[in-house]
Amino acid sequence: MSPSSPPTVDLGALPLAAGGHLLVRRALRALPDGARLTVVGSDATLALDLRAWARGSGLPMEGERTLVRTPAAEGRWRGAERAGGASPEGVVAAPSPRWGLALRGAAVEAGSPPLHFPLATRAEVWTDEAARMYRKAAAAQWDPASLPWDTVIDHPPEVEDAVVQVMTYLVENEVAALLVPARFLAQVHPHFREVLQVLAVQAADEARHIEVFSRRALHLRDVPGLSTAGGQASLATLLAEPDFALSTFLLSVLGEGSFLTLLWFLAEHAPDPLTRAIARATATDEARHVAFGLAHLGAHLAAEPDLRVRLVNAVTRRHQALAGTAGLNEEVHDALLLLAAGGWEHARLAAGAARVTRLASDMDEGRQQRLKILGFDAAEAEAMSSLHTRNFM
Amino acid sequence: MLRAPSDTLLLGAVAYDPKVVTIWEGFRLWFAEHGVDFDFVLYSNYERQVAAHLNGEFHVAWNSPLAWIEARRAALARGVACEAVAMRDTDQDLTSLVIVRADAPYRTVADLAGARVGVGAGDSPQATLLPLHWLAEQGVAVDARRFDVLVGKHGDHVGGERDAARALMRGEVDACCLIDGNHAAFTKEGTFPLGAVRVLGQTPPYDHCNMTVLGDGHPKMGRFVELLLSMSWDDPAVRPLLEMEGLRAWRPGRLEGYVALEAAVDRFGTIDAFLADVG
Repeated sequence: MSPSSPPTVDLGALPLAAGGHLLVRRALRALPDGARLTVVGSDATLALDLRAWARGSGLPMEGERTLVRTPAAEGRWRGAERAGGASPEGVVAAPSPRWGLALRGAAVEAGSPPLHFPLATRAEVWTDEAARMYRKAAAAQWDPASLPWDTVIDHPPEVEDAVVQVMTYLVENEVAALLVPARFLAQVHPHFREVLQVLAVQAADEARHIEVFSRRALHLRDVPGLSTAGGQASLATLLAEPDFALSTFLLSVLGEGSFLTLLWFLAEHAPDPLTRAIARATATDEARHVAFGLAHLGAHLAAEPDLRVRLVNAVTRRHQALAGTAGLNEEVHDALLLLAAGGWEHARLAAGAARVTRLASDMDEGRQQRLKILGFDAAEAEAMSSLHTRNFM
Repeated sequence: MLRAPSDTLLLGAVAYDPKVVTIWEGFRLWFAEHGVDFDFVLYSNYERQVAAHLNGEFHVAWNSPLAWIEARRAALARGVACEAVAMRDTDQDLTSLVIVRADAPYRTVADLAGARVGVGAGDSPQATLLPLHWLAEQGVAVDARRFDVLVGKHGDHVGGERDAARALMRGEVDACCLIDGNHAAFTKEGTFPLGAVRVLGQTPPYDHCNMTVLGDGHPKMGRFVELLLSMSWDDPAVRPLLEMEGLRAWRPGRLEGYVALEAAVDRFGTIDAFLADVG
């Protein structure tokens, strides 16, 4: 274009209010500050609409049809700040509260209101594994209807009572496992999008687990079993833990870790194919929750080595808080034994008892392994595992 | 014992919309950060505000153009100086339009003689006084139909203009009057379907609101105006306030844009009763 012919945008018959302003904006974007843009078109009200539009946009005019390009043409993009990088590599150590709900990497308009998320540092919540874990979890979602609900169940009524009791126990544990990540989910800065997604899918997993366990409890019975004071007291300490790292440690690494062993126990020893199928499906999900807890705690420990001491203290504190409670209630213990026995014959009961004893030592072994993954030595792992709640979760 | 600070610079504004509280509360905080103890008083209508201003109840008024004329004339009668110290960029060079349906037989505004013309509230400069005055100046006597929404707020509320525009589309009036920016706004929101209306006439440019000071105002008035004029849309702390108040920048006040409204007020006797009341 030559200086003698200022750039022109031709709207034809298009009114400014019917999309013509987009063409004007596009033409302005392509021009440097100070440049002139002449708007031509045949719409009868183009000149007066253009004048009002320019006034509202803060753009000076020369004559009836010519706009002067100024920084005002950038509108809300002017002074906008990028909210970190778009990819996971673009995660920053401490995202600005003003980035708020914006997609990571988005341009955030200047003056956006600050949103104060309590969990707003990479060290506290992030793991590079989050994106992969979310994708895996999203792909592994299963339909509760796909389980073999029409399986014939013909074990003795008391064995079914045991199944109902165990399911009753599982549901209240899963309610805790739903509430804890759901609460932290609302506290994590959305900059750490993949972590939000993992926690959200974790909550969805727990919602599904609550569905299948309660459905199994009421499959052949009208009422569930017993909910015990000791069980609820143990879970209450999980709900009361305000620290994300400590809560993850107690719930995901120690609690759900032990729970995972329990689910595999049920997958192997439950008396009917339906209960075994439910246990297998839910165990697969729980394994992911444990893996996420280990991944982000591992990253947190690497960034903040002092966290180790706080983890040890958290286990000790919880142990002391629960010292006056009964631990795993007799009803659940006996139900597990009978369920694993599958009948009243002496030999079966003895086998069931041996399996439950083995379950406790498998849980302990699993906990120690996971503690070692987090960098605790064998003696520390053994001591910390022994302090874990006798209520499993 | 709590006391109201006596040296606070007070602004009077009309609460034509709940957002007015948010706007001036924001300004109050911003001025405080810039060393000016500023506060505001809200009135439900401009006449009450102008009367309070004349009584010295605050120092600067955020006035509609009609309130400016009320204040100026009343101050003049009392021998008090009256100054427009600032206005928005978007207050300058506005026009009003006379709109008809696209299929109407009218070709010029003269054709509107005797026609039903929908206007805004009776005290709206942009949607009533200025366009009716402009028509009258050209010798066009019309049958004005007022759409009185929130009288006393001088047309700050868009309701009356929109009601007149809807009446035009329903065929209840033959023309309607509105501020130029609302032609595009009503098209965008669908009040005017695309291609359904024509602009039959357009008034010459005029100015709208201003910050009015009577007499000496306040010792910090100079600083207040200076800060006002320095407000930048690029400042993230200021941008939301300017957006809500509908401007990109404050400009020094000017008076030439009120000539037509002065004449309109004379023609229609709009504020005679008010001036008689405030003496």
